[in-house]
Amino acid sequence: MGKTIIEKIIGAHAGRDVAAGEIVWMGLDVRSARDFGGANVVKNFQREYPGQEVHDRGATFFTFDCNAPANTIPYANNQQVCRDFAAAQKVRVFDVDAGIGSHVLIEQGLCLPGGTVVGTDSHMNILGAVGAFGQGMGDQDIAYGFRWGRTWFEVPPTMKVRLVGRPGELASAKDLTLAVLRVLGSRGGLGRAIEFSGAAVDALDLAGRITLASMATEMGAIIGLIVPDERIEAYCRDRSGAKGGAMHHADADAAYVEDVEVDVEGLGPMTARPGSPADVVPVSEAAGRPVQSVFLGSCTNGRFEDFQAAAEVLRGRRIKEGVMMRLGPATREVYGSMLEAGLVEVFFKAGAVVSHQGCGGCASGQLGMTGRGEVQVSTSNRNFKGKQGDGDTYLASPATAAASAVAGCLTAAGDL
Amino acid sequence: MEQERKTLLVGRVHVVRDAAGKSIDNIDTDMIFHNAHLAITEIEKMGEHSFGNLDGWEEFPSQVQPGDILVVGHNFGAGSSRQQAVDCFRALGVVAIVGESFGAIYLRNAINSGMPIITVPGIMDSALKDGDRVRLDLEKSTLEAESGDLVLPDPKPFSGVQLDIYEAGSLFAVQPGA
Repeated sequence: MGKTIIEKIIGAHAGRDVAAGEIVWMGLDVRSARDFGGANVVKNFQREYPGQEVHDRGATFFTFDCNAPANTIPYANNQQVCRDFAAAQKVRVFDVDAGIGSHVLIEQGLCLPGGTVVGTDSHMNILGAVGAFGQGMGDQDIAYGFRWGRTWFEVPPTMKVRLVGRPGELASAKDLTLAVLRVLGSRGGLGRAIEFSGAAVDALDLAGRITLASMATEMGAIIGLIVPDERIEAYCRDRSGAKGGAMHHADADAAYVEDVEVDVEGLGPMTARPGSPADVVPVSEAAGRPVQSVFLGSCTNGRFEDFQAAAEVLRGRRIKEGVMMRLGPATREVYGSMLEAGLVEVFFKAGAVVSHQGCGGCASGQLGMTGRGEVQVSTSNRNFKGKQGDGDTYLASPATAAASAVAGCLTAAGDL
Repeated sequence: MEQERKTLLVGRVHVVRDAAGKSIDNIDTDMIFHNAHLAITEIEKMGEHSFGNLDGWEEFPSQVQPGDILVVGHNFGAGSSRQQAVDCFRALGVVAIVGESFGAIYLRNAINSGMPIITVPGIMDSALKDGDRVRLDLEKSTLEAESGDLVLPDPKPFSGVQLDIYEAGSLFAVQPGA
């Protein structure tokens, strides 16, 4: 029997052939902790392994991205707990200026195709965008990974999600992702690995792949994998100093638990209505709902290309009075590219609050939250009740978010 | 936790339904333990925030008693990787979580912290209600209502590693395998 991609990745890290359903011990190429969970990782480590060293300091990292820079004393204390531990263990910290950890790991060439990467971030499966097995884990799990460099894992079954048809010109990676969520629902991928394929997936650049892979979490999936193309291979090789990584392809006779076709022919802008990322409708069906708040960024849509798409809509326009638009790039590198390309000026002139890199738009409310009755359009990945405040949040693409800011109501970019 | 851990658990259940009696599915970790409280690192301070953002269940921390068992619907614990969403129930003395299905990270977190977590497809379609008492046998993977006339669906078997971790106390007590 042939192997799926996840079976090949886990097998390569378990040192033997593995199949879905088996529980195996696998090696972890990178283990990381962010500031949410990080202090608990340290606490667990110090309690369970007093005086001991991490397994491999070169493979162990802290990435502060949730409450960065800390704006409450408890978080400031938690981050300092991590810094002290890191200094004692000689472990590298990507501190509050670096940006979203999963993105930093890609940019730094630390996450490679075919690799295994864990962290205290439930969107660590973003790394499926480069064909790696990224996995969010709790603080005990990560403390264990710090100490041993290995952990147990149940090899997930794999489902195919094939995007067929040619999307409309206005459809971005986010719209494709929401179209998949509409079909799969919030537990269509529960406990599974997904292999995304189809011409519309092949066409996605790194930013687009990150968007699609990031929301595997909202589909309930363990990981959503996209086979790297030459562009992704070249990027990872360049970033890692020519190490490259392992490009795994599924075997023709691999076993799948389900094969789902998502028809994206003529797809237009989509939105997830407040309460569930899977409650997806075309923007046209929800258009006109007054909007007071717009957020652009997050690990799902925080790349340079995402801001470029929004800037194209905003260039020469002004955000409607009464609408507050905030944005935060994923990483410091993205911020730098935005400055160079003049995007920051576009956003500033349009009236947006240009904020700093990290998870502040979602994780801790640093870049603003919604009040009761307030309606927000956000490019992030979750709109559960109470997640980003007491208001209602629609999830949409960067272009839709920007157009909605200009119009003052939910609007697709093409209808502005 | 150091004494030998019981593999037969008997307790009163809390069945997570809405006011209309319908199973509340897809309960995410922000409903279980909101991100506003994530700076808390002491387990004993986590209990009071359990279900603090779940409509109709905000009073759960004052209603639950040590030894109780939580019964939940589909995709329980979706969302973030926060361990607090498991630890808050441990803090309240909840001894097991039984559900239709679980978010993958949540399932791992519960297993690793030695919280018995059992998948029982169909459990929310059963007549099980708040206050009923059940017997959960982790070794045999059986679930029975204490009152004889209520028949419950079969649990999925506990995996070997899950039982190993549970009996050892937590993941930390288990040496990594080859």
